[in-house]
Amino acid sequence: MSDTPTLVVEGLHAEVDGKEILKGVDLRVPSGEIHALMGPNGSGKSTLAYTLMGHPKYTVTRGAASFDDHDLLSLTPDERARLGVFLSFQYPTAIPGVTMVNFLRASLRSLGREMPAREFMQSLKREMDALRMDEQFRSRYVNEGFSGGEKKRAEILQMALLRPRLAILDETDSGLDVDALRTVAEGVKRLAGPDMGILIITHYYRILEFLTPDVVHVLHDGRVVKSGGADLAREIEHTGYDPILGVAAGAA
Amino acid sequence: MAVEAHELTKDYKYGFHDVDVSVFRTEKGLSPEVVAAISAHKNEPEWMLKFRLKALQHFEKRAMPAWGADLSGIDFNNIYYYVKPMEEQGGREWDDVPQSIKDTFDKLGIPEAERKFLAGVSAQYDSEVVYHNIRADLEKLGVIFGDCDSGLREHPEIFRKYFGTVIPPNDNKFAALNSAVWSGGSFVYVPKGVRVDIPLQAYFRINSDNMGQFERTLIIAEEGSYVHYIEGCTAPTYSSDSLHSAVVEIIAHKDAHVRYTTIQNWSNNVYNLVTKRAIAYEGATVEWIDGNLGSKVTMKYPAIYLMGERAHGEVLSAAFAGEGQHQDAGAKCVHVAPHTTSNIVSRSISKDGGRTSYRGHIKVYPKAHDVKVSVRCDALLLDEASQSDTYPYSDIENSEVTFGHEATVSKIGEDQIFYLTSRGIPEAEATALIVNGFFEPFVKELPMEYAVELNRLLAVQMEGSVG
Repeated sequence: MSDTPTLVVEGLHAEVDGKEILKGVDLRVPSGEIHALMGPNGSGKSTLAYTLMGHPKYTVTRGAASFDDHDLLSLTPDERARLGVFLSFQYPTAIPGVTMVNFLRASLRSLGREMPAREFMQSLKREMDALRMDEQFRSRYVNEGFSGGEKKRAEILQMALLRPRLAILDETDSGLDVDALRTVAEGVKRLAGPDMGILIITHYYRILEFLTPDVVHVLHDGRVVKSGGADLAREIEHTGYDPILGVAAGAA
Repeated sequence: MAVEAHELTKDYKYGFHDVDVSVFRTEKGLSPEVVAAISAHKNEPEWMLKFRLKALQHFEKRAMPAWGADLSGIDFNNIYYYVKPMEEQGGREWDDVPQSIKDTFDKLGIPEAERKFLAGVSAQYDSEVVYHNIRADLEKLGVIFGDCDSGLREHPEIFRKYFGTVIPPNDNKFAALNSAVWSGGSFVYVPKGVRVDIPLQAYFRINSDNMGQFERTLIIAEEGSYVHYIEGCTAPTYSSDSLHSAVVEIIAHKDAHVRYTTIQNWSNNVYNLVTKRAIAYEGATVEWIDGNLGSKVTMKYPAIYLMGERAHGEVLSAAFAGEGQHQDAGAKCVHVAPHTTSNIVSRSISKDGGRTSYRGHIKVYPKAHDVKVSVRCDALLLDEASQSDTYPYSDIENSEVTFGHEATVSKIGEDQIFYLTSRGIPEAEATALIVNGFFEPFVKELPMEYAVELNRLLAVQMEGSVG
């Protein structure tokens, strides 16, 4: 209890299919703070998200990552989840034939947070109402046939029910219209608090209009090249990445 | 990286067997004398004896099928073709059922919800129905629900009119075998316009070493009637191979609707070779819901002959093949009349080197215009050692046919596992969830208690999967 649970990433190198994507990422996200990780396409943002959650396709070659003093890299994805790590997927995977309700209950059970059916249905309804999700949503199959906006809402719904201690939101704003973006961002805002660290991975500024970050990091070519306050995000919005990254490093 | 190899629970969970209560059995092997002994023991009319003996000739003449699964392990001379369990037949009261048989049901863990239905259950035990009770309200409606032997005895006119007409004895080698030595099975007759609201259920078990089970089911649905018949099977394990070769005939008259649901979970030394065929007349609907989880080899292709306009056929099947198992299943729809439709959905899962095959046959006759056919088969492989193949045949002789065919073979996606595990669900449970989801289109068609039972059986099959 003495220290704030913190995500600590040090010199993290990771590769996928033999190609090095992360080339020494350093990052600290303490509980209670909202950090934004920005960067042009191909800078390694999603790779960092997957690597921190433990996707088997991503191999860590050097460096360290821990949360609340637990070495993340030695844990399987489900163990990381039980530690309180959550990833909101940019492209959530469909699980045909498995209803949202069954999925959410299996998940809560695995996290040791099983609750009686009635209580579960009540909190599910409450969170779905807050995200303006239709009631029939719960009996649909996980992510199957969901629109882009529905997928993102479903991710935030999971975040609301699972109540992680560290939430990594990978491009949660992509593919959303303004109204949906506001709903989703407000959903995240409602969940933010002293017991949760949030890392928002985004290409654009717009989600940060609703969710003001404490710290903004810029990722480029597999490294964090610059960190700053919320102003940094606004600067990127106005000038693009080029001035920050230097002339030669224009994004493709 | 793909999902790791899975460990199969090698011991068959329901591999217990009871003290043998049989009192009469024919000698091992097949001969006219054995067939005559079966018929004599049942006090059958002359025509049935002749029918059986002629069928035996067909059986002996026919070669073993050269296609499909490997049947070389069957030794026809090492099988008992008839075992009679009790002196008294056809007991209608639950109290009459021997305790050892009740114990068997206990061990099967038949859910309470299902026991409620036991009043309407006929349980085949060692080739003969030992318990049978028709609910009084069914009787009032004129519905006949009994074992096939009683059908022959008590309703000779209806029985003889339909028996062997959908699947004649010379249809195939195993239909011939069944026709020669059949015993037990169900006889269902639903009068015109009668709707049977509760599913009619039957339990079959094999319970004698080296014993074949040759039940025979005949269902007749008169005009505008509805009936849902369900059979579910689990069988004990034995050291030597066992043969199950059933014949099921359905006649759905004009505008009748018949649904036939099966979940077979024979122990994995059983050869399960079943001929199922239905005739659907004008406006009739026949649905085969067919789940194959157990056995060593299954060969089963439920068929529907769409004889009258607007007749509709559905075949929904699910198969699971584990180590040493081959599920060779499929469907056959024959469109004889115009404006007929058929829909086939097949889902199969192979694990630990198991093999599933989809074998389908669609035939459309020249006069059958405005026909719609849809076939969809999806296979899921749980490891590299497992196998799945598809053999779709079609024979379409009319140009006004809409024919859709889709087939997929997939592995459990790494991304699906990652997604579920990222929510805290351990890998083994994630795999089981995906597998259950894959069977969902099948499971959701089952009555609740069967759905629960099937999910439990699947969970048993997934036990020991790498976590």
